[in-house]
Amino acid sequence: MTATIVYTIISLSLLGAVAAIVLYIVAQRFRVYEDPRIDLVEAELPAANCGGCGYAGCRNLAETLVKSENFEGLFCPVGGNETMARIGAILGREADTQETRIAVLRCNGSCENSPRTSNFDGAHTCAIVSALYSGETGCQYGCHGFGDCVAVCSFDALHMDPDTGLPVVDEQKCTACGACVKTCPRNLFELRKKWKGDKKIYVSCMNEDKGGLARKNCSVACIGCNKCFKVCPHEAIVMRNNLAFIDSYKCKLCRKCAPECPTHAIIETGFPPRKIKADEKTVEDTIIN
Amino acid sequence: MLRTFHKGGIHPPDTKLSAHQPIRDLPLPGSVAVLLSQHMGAPARAVVNKGDAVKTGQLIARGEGFLSSHVHSPVSGTVAKIEEVHDVSGYRRQAVYIDVLGDDWEDSIIRDGTLDKNIRSDGEEILKKIVDAGIVGLGGATFPTHVKLSVPRGKEATCIIINGVECEPYLTADHALMLEKGEEIMVGIQLLKKALHVNKAYLGIENNKQDAVEHMQRLACGFEGIEVCELQVKYPQGGEKQLVQAIIGREVPSGGLPIDVGVVVFNVGTAFAVYEALQKNKPLIERIVTVTGRHLKQPSNFRTRIGTPVSVLIDAAGGIPENTGKIISGGPMMGKALSNTEVPVVKGTSGILILPEEESARQTSQPCIRCARCLSVCPMGLEPYLLMPLSQQNLFDRLEYEHIMDCIECGSCSYICPACRPLLDYIRLGKSNVGKIIRSRKK
Repeated sequence: MTATIVYTIISLSLLGAVAAIVLYIVAQRFRVYEDPRIDLVEAELPAANCGGCGYAGCRNLAETLVKSENFEGLFCPVGGNETMARIGAILGREADTQETRIAVLRCNGSCENSPRTSNFDGAHTCAIVSALYSGETGCQYGCHGFGDCVAVCSFDALHMDPDTGLPVVDEQKCTACGACVKTCPRNLFELRKKWKGDKKIYVSCMNEDKGGLARKNCSVACIGCNKCFKVCPHEAIVMRNNLAFIDSYKCKLCRKCAPECPTHAIIETGFPPRKIKADEKTVEDTIIN
Repeated sequence: MLRTFHKGGIHPPDTKLSAHQPIRDLPLPGSVAVLLSQHMGAPARAVVNKGDAVKTGQLIARGEGFLSSHVHSPVSGTVAKIEEVHDVSGYRRQAVYIDVLGDDWEDSIIRDGTLDKNIRSDGEEILKKIVDAGIVGLGGATFPTHVKLSVPRGKEATCIIINGVECEPYLTADHALMLEKGEEIMVGIQLLKKALHVNKAYLGIENNKQDAVEHMQRLACGFEGIEVCELQVKYPQGGEKQLVQAIIGREVPSGGLPIDVGVVVFNVGTAFAVYEALQKNKPLIERIVTVTGRHLKQPSNFRTRIGTPVSVLIDAAGGIPENTGKIISGGPMMGKALSNTEVPVVKGTSGILILPEEESARQTSQPCIRCARCLSVCPMGLEPYLLMPLSQQNLFDRLEYEHIMDCIECGSCSYICPACRPLLDYIRLGKSNVGKIIRSRKK
């Protein structure tokens, strides 16, 4: 009885020792060297794994950052400039700064503005509606309102407004990761420059139809009348396919375009209320502010 | 034991309400909108201008390239405009609007209605005339017929199969056509055989159309090399891969076409259109459309000019009943719900189905209970329960590995699912995404 126990202990100990030696040799022989800075950089990243940078998760971005010569094309939109500066300090490189951006929905086809002409009865996702037909409203370019963008947002920055049937961006939470931009089957989201005090001016329409048709389907559609284009002093407005587009990097927030728009397709938010008769002076004031 | 395909299949109630209605001519509408893209492939290019006078049967749009098809004027009158019109999917597509004025046909078209059994053309000429007449598959997929007749090099057709199955519930257009134009169809089959240089043709008909089976069998005695096969009733037997298997027992390989097993499949409607094109010089400008529904006053089969608005058809059948839930273009299984009744009839419109609210509403989707019924009914041997979540999670390489591209979108899985899951919706989505990836890889 005792002998059995003794033999067992001896044989198991021997086996353990042999295995330990083998494992040690293997560990030494096949060791993969990993740059310790990768862990440091990864610790700086927000760990959201949202893919907003274009890489498969934060670890992947950290590896690429450490390996790369400079930071060109590498930017964490969630962490922003501060994070990139800290990473730059770790790696001893100069990090370029980018303007902070925010996701903006370019459609104002709410239940009131763009009435429903049919009812979709299938699986409630925008992707499926898009694959099957032109959507519940007459507009072929507008928001379906089934909330694929809300489902894909990792930061809880989007929610559906039950009154309008449109998604609303929470400006405090949006990190401009770009997930909604990629998901929206109608490409309605755009990452625009974020101004102080969440000031925004944009054309809230993507309808490329001719004016009459666009207006028939939605009361706040851009009809491509060129009025805003003519009035813009900064060449920030481009007309393409019956549609105006305000480049947020060229725009100086002078607010001259918004009152020109006959269909109120240009939306301005975050500004102090206009005086009833907006004269030149008030516009100048706005620029200084 | 009657023949049928082996894998899967379902038995929805067939509800052929208009089965014994004769084919009636639909009165000419006031104006028509003829879509330039009524077929698979590149849209045709209009060759008429606003204000032009056109005759019935005149070429109004020329097919661009090989995979395309000509479009002819279905009515006589003047071209009002060339503008966009809503198609079945609700998107706007280019169409030629024609204001109808009288019914003045092209002089070359023979309109006496007599049977002409005498085949004068040879294979080449048949093919050319089919191209000129703008004939496409009338079963619903609207694949240009001349493309099917041009067998790719290295492959050989040994026989043709004519599809008279009409497995979709409600639809009776092919059934009515076989009963009324049986002999013409037979001549059309002979023409197709000659164009493909084959000696054997099979005509498959499900045995819920006993009168058509008997009628066609009787007629087939007078024609050489046509065999009428009575088939067991099972959906989706009208799918060409299923029909090939049911009739000659060959299985079309994954990702392949029936020509890979030496068969070309045509619809009976196509055979009739070929007859008219060759023997009567008449291009494809009208088709049989079933207008049906349980609450409809008079379910009927109409001979309808292409481009007629759907609303005209519905009015001719007694108008939209009160508690209508959905109006579907096509059958209940594969058809598309319309968002607008001004949609024009196209070459592929086989029926207009009006479903009452209680029949059309979808049930609430519940979690999958792993009963595997979708798996047992899938005629392609796929696993719909698996494809749906894969598609939801955008796992495209996995979807391709699971052969999602083999799905024929018959809807058997969604029909049978006891948890009412929208299986086909997600499979279609996955299929379109995977298709895009495969196409971009080829470039």
